Amino acid sequence: MTNLLEAPVDERPTRNWGQTWTKVASSSALTSFLAIVVALLIGAILIAAADSGVQQAGHYLFARPGDFFSALGKSIGGAYSALFEGAIFNSRQLFMPLTKTIAYSVPLIFAGLALGMGFRAGLFNIGAQGQIILGATLCGYLGFGVNLPGGLHLIVCLLGAFIGGALWGFIPGILKAKTGANEVIVTIMLNSVAVFLLGWLLTLKAFQIPGSSNPVSPKMNPTARFPHIIGNIDLGFLLALLAAVAVWWMMERSTLGFRIRAVGENPDAGRTAGMNVAMSYVWVMIIGGGLAGLAATSQLLSDPSQQLNINVAATLGFDAITVALLGRSKPLGTIFAGLLFGGLRAGGYIMQAKTGTPIDIILVLQSVIVLLIAAPPLVRAIFRLPDPERQRQAHVRAMNRALKKQSAGKPPTPPEGELAEEVDLPESKEVSS
Amino acid sequence: MSTTQADMELFDAELEHVVLRPRSWKLPIALTFFTLVAAAGFCLTTPVDTISKVAIVTGNRWLGTLTMNLPSFISILVLTIAMACLAGFTWWITSARIYNLGKIRLASLIGILFGTFFVLSFLLWAVAGKTGALQFTSLLSGALFLSIPLIFGAMAGTVCERVGVINVSIEGQLLAGAFLAAVVGALTKNPWLGLLAAPVAGALVGCLLALFAVRYWVDHIIVGIVLNVLVGGLTSYLFSTVLTRNQDVFSMAVKLPTWKIPILSEIPVLGPVLFAQNALVYIMYVVVIALQIMLFKSKWGLRLRSCGEHPRAADTVGIKVNRTRVINTILGGAIAGLGGAYFTVANGLAFGKNASDGRGFIALAAMILGGWKPKGALVAALLFGFADNLQMSLSAMAVDVPSQFLGMVPYLITIFAVAGLVGRVHPPAMEGKPYKG
Repeated sequence: MTNLLEAPVDERPTRNWGQTWTKVASSSALTSFLAIVVALLIGAILIAAADSGVQQAGHYLFARPGDFFSALGKSIGGAYSALFEGAIFNSRQLFMPLTKTIAYSVPLIFAGLALGMGFRAGLFNIGAQGQIILGATLCGYLGFGVNLPGGLHLIVCLLGAFIGGALWGFIPGILKAKTGANEVIVTIMLNSVAVFLLGWLLTLKAFQIPGSSNPVSPKMNPTARFPHIIGNIDLGFLLALLAAVAVWWMMERSTLGFRIRAVGENPDAGRTAGMNVAMSYVWVMIIGGGLAGLAATSQLLSDPSQQLNINVAATLGFDAITVALLGRSKPLGTIFAGLLFGGLRAGGYIMQAKTGTPIDIILVLQSVIVLLIAAPPLVRAIFRLPDPERQRQAHVRAMNRALKKQSAGKPPTPPEGELAEEVDLPESKEVSS
Repeated sequence: MSTTQADMELFDAELEHVVLRPRSWKLPIALTFFTLVAAAGFCLTTPVDTISKVAIVTGNRWLGTLTMNLPSFISILVLTIAMACLAGFTWWITSARIYNLGKIRLASLIGILFGTFFVLSFLLWAVAGKTGALQFTSLLSGALFLSIPLIFGAMAGTVCERVGVINVSIEGQLLAGAFLAAVVGALTKNPWLGLLAAPVAGALVGCLLALFAVRYWVDHIIVGIVLNVLVGGLTSYLFSTVLTRNQDVFSMAVKLPTWKIPILSEIPVLGPVLFAQNALVYIMYVVVIALQIMLFKSKWGLRLRSCGEHPRAADTVGIKVNRTRVINTILGGAIAGLGGAYFTVANGLAFGKNASDGRGFIALAAMILGGWKPKGALVAALLFGFADNLQMSLSAMAVDVPSQFLGMVPYLITIFAVAGLVGRVHPPAMEGKPYKG
């Protein structure tokens, strides 16, 4: 699953500037960057198309094109500068918006780590939504329904969130392990079941504000909340970073992680090597579910106004899929992807308030980015970038011709070792033309 | 897992000559369990002297609407005894290894009968002692109407997955269809033009799915999920900007007519349910029947299925695998898009954000539960539509069953099904695998 999104890497040593350019042009970082550029361009078109000023100026485009283009610039520039000011920096609040971005990125990082781990095990866990809901249910109940001293209360809530998510991850994991049930379908179904379950719990008196029958829980006890660090950043962000480090250590350095990666690459090979493939799936789903459950904590424990309601998970579970894909299932990548999408969200609210551009456009940007990153040949085709595979083949063909020229007139000799290898390279299987 | 379904069945058939297939006791055990549930949950909890009112629209000019006052306890008892008999019968046929009655699989026949009895006893229990009558006909016709998007979605999924492309973007295709149908319908003030536009929108989403899944080999599930987000974002964005700004045009909804088929709609009980429906329902009948026949009896269907089961073999005999996949993925998208018209022009509603509300995922479940066959998907979708309608009717009648549990039923059944507890389901062998020629 990880290979899926990775551009083929040219591993031969750099020889000249042309090749360096090829290397840069085929790198996944450039693909990611260009994908973001294309997404912003598409977003710009949408913003302009829906802007009434641009539409009006469009009516007399040929009479006064200047009006049209200034309206165009105003609408796009206005929206994107509001996005920037809401996400990173503005002159009034300085870097305060950046802390908001970080706050928004916390649940995305948690859930993104969870899904990325699953992807590397070859499991397509799209159940983060349900896992977050279950985590939120348990975390929320412990948060408002239990009285404990500060610190301990927070730890109990965190554990609750982890256990709730882990439980909802365990079900598809064990079903996959014992019956081979496709985890994609089971997790999709469990997402909906979780919504109904929470909906039912919220009709119970134990989950409602005393004296009210609204399906909304009381606010969390102050003892359960994350201590604030700076601006909008609280302990949750540090925990998310810690979780990223833990996931990195587990995946790269621990036996369990090795087993998970091996099973993800090739379950048959793993089985042959004596690994318990079924149990690896179960563990991935338990740990991943727990991490996704932790994403719920920032929905409940960061702000005094937060309550447990039916929309507690918003669309986090699905956003997390895009985060994990953009982060290429690696912890560091997931942090950056989480920050990017957190920034889009933070900025999106400001953009909506300031320029009236609905925040829904963020979804378009996110999905275009992920689609393009998943299809590097398309990005190369859009920007007319060299295809590393084709370049390599061209190189091989040139070598072949040189070889033939050299050997012309001489008695045929077997080609030398290093070149022979390159001559035998198979034809490219890439479909792009 | 590269053996196909046909291979497996051949293999099974060969085995039967040598050794007997081991008996599976799942069905009798399950039926006995549910009989006990009905006996303890419905029968014993009903007071003997209560009455359950059931109203049935016969569709017949002279009979009109029949309202029956059934004695609750006795009726439920009769149904429970019938269920017990069926369960006992299942124990017997399992031990005697009787699997078929002529061409009909006994298990599915018993399943349908048992399910009907169980649901009926539940309904009688739910309305026992209530003053309002159970509107039986509207319960069924409403269920059929609610299952339209599920059926279209499940058909789309079946076409796409049979050709080898996993379609998780049914949700997005429904939503796109709903959006364009509403927009075109409102602009032209003609619901039929809106209905024509719906499949175009779905086909566009299908195009994107085909582009990324077939042309660029992106994992099909990733594309599907991301397309759902894309369509959701795009339609919500356009709704909040263009549609909201021109409310005078776009908040005006047009509605497809409801047609009563002259003679057919007078068939007692079934007539008003099946043949006094919205025009989209009749289109749905045509689509389901056509697909069921075409998929399994036509050249097109054979080619389509071969691309999903064994693309290499299909290529060998000259079928252009990727082209077949692209065309049929787009066709599937168009079918789902047509179903999207349900949310707007069929209901006479203007477009709202996220109008499809997760139905695409239930459609996916229906397709799986229906074993990747139009016929099966139809039954599963109807079942889900019924659960949906039951949930609404019961909460409207203030019956003290948490409606959320009824809402969960389709999803739970699907989980049981994929876990192999309810029947066995085989996806097409090579679905989701790119064909690299």
